[in-house]
Amino acid sequence: MTRESGAFGPFGGQFAPETLMPALAELEDEWEQAQSDPAFRSELDAMLRDYVGRETPLTHAERLSEQLGGAQIWLKREDLAHTGAHKINNALGQVLLARRMGKPRIIAETGAGQHGVATATACARFGIECIVYMGEEDVRRQALNVFRMNLLGAEVVPVKSGARTLKDAINESIRDWVTNVRTTHYLIGSAIGPHPYPVIVRELQSCIGREAKDQLQKKIGKLPDVAIACVGGGSNAIGLFHPLIDDPVRLIGVEAAGEGLKARHAATLSAGSPGVLHGTRTYVLQDDHGQITEAHSISAGLDYPGVGPEHAWLMLTERAEYVSVTDDEALDGLKLLSETEGIIPALETAHAIAYAAKVAPAMSPDETILIGLSGRGDKDVEIVRDALEARAP
Amino acid sequence: MADLGKRYRDAFAASAARGDGPLLFPFLAAGFPTPEETPELVRAAIRGGAAGFEIGVPFSDPLADGPVHQDAYTVALAAGATIETALDACRTARQTAPDIPITLMGYLNPFLSYGSSGSRDNLDPGEAIGDPVQPLAKRAAEAGVDGIIIVDLPVDESDTAREVFAAHGISLVYLLAPTSTDERIAAVAERASGFIYLVSLTGVTGARDQVAADFKAFVGRVRALTDTPLAVGFGISRREHVVEVGKLVPAAIIGSALTTTIASAPVDGRAQAVERYLEVVTGRRSEETST
Repeated sequence: MTRESGAFGPFGGQFAPETLMPALAELEDEWEQAQSDPAFRSELDAMLRDYVGRETPLTHAERLSEQLGGAQIWLKREDLAHTGAHKINNALGQVLLARRMGKPRIIAETGAGQHGVATATACARFGIECIVYMGEEDVRRQALNVFRMNLLGAEVVPVKSGARTLKDAINESIRDWVTNVRTTHYLIGSAIGPHPYPVIVRELQSCIGREAKDQLQKKIGKLPDVAIACVGGGSNAIGLFHPLIDDPVRLIGVEAAGEGLKARHAATLSAGSPGVLHGTRTYVLQDDHGQITEAHSISAGLDYPGVGPEHAWLMLTERAEYVSVTDDEALDGLKLLSETEGIIPALETAHAIAYAAKVAPAMSPDETILIGLSGRGDKDVEIVRDALEARAP
Repeated sequence: MADLGKRYRDAFAASAARGDGPLLFPFLAAGFPTPEETPELVRAAIRGGAAGFEIGVPFSDPLADGPVHQDAYTVALAAGATIETALDACRTARQTAPDIPITLMGYLNPFLSYGSSGSRDNLDPGEAIGDPVQPLAKRAAEAGVDGIIIVDLPVDESDTAREVFAAHGISLVYLLAPTSTDERIAAVAERASGFIYLVSLTGVTGARDQVAADFKAFVGRVRALTDTPLAVGFGISRREHVVEVGKLVPAAIIGSALTTTIASAPVDGRAQAVERYLEVVTGRRSEETST
């Protein structure tokens, strides 16, 4: 049993308790069969078109480009997908997969609630029982999203262990899965976890990059020079990057530097070290004893002390660059896009905008930046208002 | 190099000869409630009849553990527990009872981190797991450890680590669960030394009212594929459970119930509570007189 599958160089793998290993093998088999089953593909495509609203638009950010005075910026509009973020692409695909496996119960973790809402939505659409684990602290901060999930028929279970945030919600989801593995599919929301999850999530999110590449080709007849996306677990980033990996495109993942890399942050690739968390070998935030430390970001979706193993591999091989921007810079990015384009991005996405604003001015107007606009910011307006008021002189 | 698995073999053989099985291996979370108390709790467990130990290394994200051990780890880490605390506990057990088998248990990340000072350099695919556990294997052998359980290192990913530990005379002890397929049981059987840890139920650690109904069938499936001694853990908390599983396997592991015993004992009575609890579950003292 020396399978090589699921490895991204030294990263990835299956570091899971024995109880779950057969379920991971079953999931891998089912995924492979589904991939080569035209009926699965066509049902998923029809759902993505008629329910999610794909393909999502590609918007030329003309005023933003003009104001920054350099490269032309294009936005891949995942904020316009049903439920307001890219998360639905993965949730729908995995719900279809769970139905194929005959699993009548779905569990998911959520931080801010976007993945929880997407999962509750997809489960409602197919009439499947849905339980969402959410840190007690996040339940408190995101009460409206809890209500949305309840409206969609999902049960939200507050997690009281650890720091009561996303990491702990994942731990609790895995504990539920260990206990109910025979009847339950764990619908992981990012490109993390043991193999085959990072591959499944990447493939289900790759529609982002594939569409954007085609759309840009049709509009300007060429590839982007730079593609930028925010990275927490990294699902929207890997979805944007993966179809561009063999192309001459500079790939930049933007992590959350929180209050700064020397203070509290969530910049796992920029400032972490290799380790094993939640079933995969990747970069993690940890202390000298290998204990996982708390992440911090103003954006709950980036507030995670691990990262998808494929990003660790893209960094190691220097195929992609990983940078970070602070909470403050992300707030500026959110304001900038709101004021120049009339689009309020999610705080996660605002990190990508903020970094694009740093690189665009040094580029020529003939050059192009493609930004993965992963989600809309309605969910964040309260946090943004409080943060902007707090820093007002 | 020490004889791999010898203390386990000897302990199982002696118990079989006496006919007084099953052996009882208590699980102690190192550093709970404080690192200072751990050595005395180890000695108390031996006085109470512990036939071996599983010493748990606290981890921030114990995803196979129920609430009792999660809380114990949180308390232990806050009190400053580290792998050294666990190795000290192993050393204490070894000095107190030279012949009993001692198993170190934990999650992979702290073990990888041990002795590497947060290095970003161990990135060679083949060495990603094996190399980083070298310092731990050496120190664990010095502390008298006979076996190591790594909860999140399944057999599929275990070969390099197993070789490193074996070179220091330490068995990599595998877990099997009721969900394990025959193919996976065979893969473990091929590699196992010391003993194989049977997870009695499909779930996380924690006391349960009854032994899982399908446990007997599970033992049968494993027995059909290996002669390696089996020990059962997860959900075992009472003397009646020990007696019941003892008809099927030669050793039982008790964790959460012991941790709860420690947590609910008066501050100055923890060692005595451990000793009494072990006396009860090993059958040395009847339950009626235990309170």
